Amino acid sequence: MSDTQTSAPAGPAGLAPRPETGRLSISHVGKVYDPDGSAVVAVEDFSLEVAAGDFVAIVGPSGCGKSTLLNVLAGFDTLTSGEVLLDGTPLARPGLAPRPGPDRVVVFQHGALFPWMTVLDNVTYGLVKQQKMPRAEARRRAMELLAASGDLDQIAGSFPAKLSSGMQRRVEIIRALINDPKVLLLDEPFRAMDTVNKNTMHRHLLELYRRNRKTIIFITHDLEEALFLADRVIVMTTRPGKMKMDIAVDLPRPRTRAMMASDAYLALREKAVVAVSEEAKRAFERGEREMA
Amino acid sequence: MTSVAAPSARSLSLVPSRGTVLAGLGFLGFVVLWYAAVHWSPFAAFNRLPDPLEVVIEWTNPDPYYGISIFAADYYVHIFYSTYRALASFFLAVLLGVPLGIFMGWKTNVHAYAASLLSLLRPVPPLAWVPIAILLFPGIEPAVIFVTFLVAFFATTMNTLVGVRSIPEDYFRAAACLGATNRDILRDVVIPGAMPNIFTGLQIAMGAAWFSLVAGEMIAAQYGLGFIIWESYNLIQYPTIVIGMATLGLVGYLSSAAVRLVGRRLMAWHEQRLGMAE
Repeated sequence: MSDTQTSAPAGPAGLAPRPETGRLSISHVGKVYDPDGSAVVAVEDFSLEVAAGDFVAIVGPSGCGKSTLLNVLAGFDTLTSGEVLLDGTPLARPGLAPRPGPDRVVVFQHGALFPWMTVLDNVTYGLVKQQKMPRAEARRRAMELLAASGDLDQIAGSFPAKLSSGMQRRVEIIRALINDPKVLLLDEPFRAMDTVNKNTMHRHLLELYRRNRKTIIFITHDLEEALFLADRVIVMTTRPGKMKMDIAVDLPRPRTRAMMASDAYLALREKAVVAVSEEAKRAFERGEREMA
Repeated sequence: MTSVAAPSARSLSLVPSRGTVLAGLGFLGFVVLWYAAVHWSPFAAFNRLPDPLEVVIEWTNPDPYYGISIFAADYYVHIFYSTYRALASFFLAVLLGVPLGIFMGWKTNVHAYAASLLSLLRPVPPLAWVPIAILLFPGIEPAVIFVTFLVAFFATTMNTLVGVRSIPEDYFRAAACLGATNRDILRDVVIPGAMPNIFTGLQIAMGAAWFSLVAGEMIAAQYGLGFIIWESYNLIQYPTIVIGMATLGLVGYLSSAAVRLVGRRLMAWHEQRLGMAE
């Protein structure tokens, strides 16, 4: 499934071709927090090669270090061992100051649209600040993208508080994508949503991915969601976070809900459920020990 | 029948709303209590006070018995002096307090320098500053303004600081992801994000400016509303005391309302958010 040359051509319904940039090499990454002398190992010896344009979901129990990993990739946090390369250029290694930037845009768990800016100003913010194009051109592109995602152009002049949470997430994803990042980092973006909303969001996200294919790292604790969306699902162990399982999801795109009843899917799911529940159990038992 | 008539009556703008009626009743009740306390109270001390009627008659007297009424030029000189001092102190407090609060909230170094010093100075009441202020400044005017400024300044700084601290970390991170420089973050995240708290602080500062101003004026001034209140007490011109107090209430209310109005204009997004919350 990593062989793009033979996959569907980028027609109206097909997946856009694999982008040239966005190859992530995460090798032997470790992160130790040492706030008061008692070292806490959040991530340990984590390695992952992500091809440009791959959709990778990282699943694991709460506190397994998946958000730590995302913060390192985003440039919000340092790492204590190992190295992260983006298209061969070092992004993070011990001693390198973390530096966020528009080549790796994050969509945040609790939403981070600026409440004091309209939807349009939020979406164009990156393009205007990076001086990539004149404001009028940025606005035109923003309106195009908003219109293509379920008529969001209708609410371009509203402040985010006027929008439903689903609309806010879609706007935030567009605010990230419009910068043409090499990597899109999604930190449990649909966590607080009910199933119906989540399904709608998945459809929108997959449609955006189909049109503007980027490397996506999608953090979640929802296994079904991970399997439905991603090309690869990485199961992490409970703290210290290590890779437990690397599952290739060989389901064709575009993905449909019907596929989730197929034998191929159910077999994958079974394998993943066992791995995830083992880790959840371990996390739970450790929690009990720590409480005692 | 009345339940049918009520909605149509309410749609007439001439009929006061329930809130207005209640507010009017509260006011009326206060005036009646005041009158009763002066005339029928068993406590002699209360009987010395002017009743509301006396105050209104003196206040609207073209030829005031004690020299202060809405027809007296002096009245406006006093209002002018107090307003000028309150506004000068307020704007000075905003000019210095907002930037200091922003940098204390945003940069941990600035916070480390200033926070403990401020928390030691803040509880010192404005009156305690009066002697130092008179020693420090060449005239009465700057001394009164300094004392008035202090409380407003602390209120502005502290609320701005809390405002910046209350901005979720993710907004800073999102801005950095989108390519914002430090200056962009200050302009596009820190200042607008702290704005609701800044305006809360400004409203408190405006109130604080008025109350410390009057304290300053009572002790060390030849003009101003605080001065006439104290002076009238000394000269046993009791209705004028109440005129001074009522005028302070009015001017103080109007200046706080002005701050609120500006705040609302500047923060359309915040109003919308509040609207959603209700």
